Amino acid sequence: MLETIERPAEAIPSAPPKTAHEKLVVVAWSDDLDKIWPTLILATTAAASGMQTTIFFTFWGLFSIVKNDVRITGENWMQRMLAVANRGGTGHLRLSKMNFLGAGPMMMRKLAKDHKVASPQELLDIARDLGVKLVPCQMTMDLMGLKREDLVEGVGEPAGAMSAIEDMKDAVTLFI
Amino acid sequence: MTLAISTQLDLKGLSCPLPIVKTAKAMRGLVSGDLVEVLATDPGSVKDFAAWARATGNELLESSQFGNVFRFVIRKR
Repeated sequence: MLETIERPAEAIPSAPPKTAHEKLVVVAWSDDLDKIWPTLILATTAAASGMQTTIFFTFWGLFSIVKNDVRITGENWMQRMLAVANRGGTGHLRLSKMNFLGAGPMMMRKLAKDHKVASPQELLDIARDLGVKLVPCQMTMDLMGLKREDLVEGVGEPAGAMSAIEDMKDAVTLFI
Repeated sequence: MTLAISTQLDLKGLSCPLPIVKTAKAMRGLVSGDLVEVLATDPGSVKDFAAWARATGNELLESSQFGNVFRFVIRKR
């Protein structure tokens, strides 16, 4: 009689983990002001505490690191329409709620200024200064028609999912 | 023994994460054993400086409060 032996799925052996939690990886998927803010706050703080820190910018997140003075990106009409409807740059981010056609973010920035909360642009500058690696997703860049020169200075080589996964293997990873 | 503070950082009024981030930045240029005094008004900084010291190995020699100002003295690792 034939017996089916249930074999447990075999995991791919991995390299022994390095010291836990010495690394932080944030996947910045969104370009909402209220998501980029905590992303940059956590990344700068992690770097300030000696953690090796990487922000992997993918999908909408990429628009948050488009230069503030770059208006239209893309090579074809669809990619250009995307940029028209979704202007990139830290100075043009929208709130995920209470956006009110830009009045919400304006009030939020005013409140932040009054309370001396660093703006996303300031935090991005600090992040670069503290050695936070800013990695754009190659596939999304191609998809959205974003070029290296559209992105802010100090952004690293575009990379793929495997590079992100490799980075995440021994890191605390957040998807924001 | 008197402690000679070599660097003073006035970070009053700044909100999270700037007190930690600016302190970390300022400490890059110092040598081991240097003492840094930080003044801040962010109430969250009390827990944050303790956590940051544990994470980095820098020694938090003092964490005190005068009115609404928090004072931290840190010895660089």
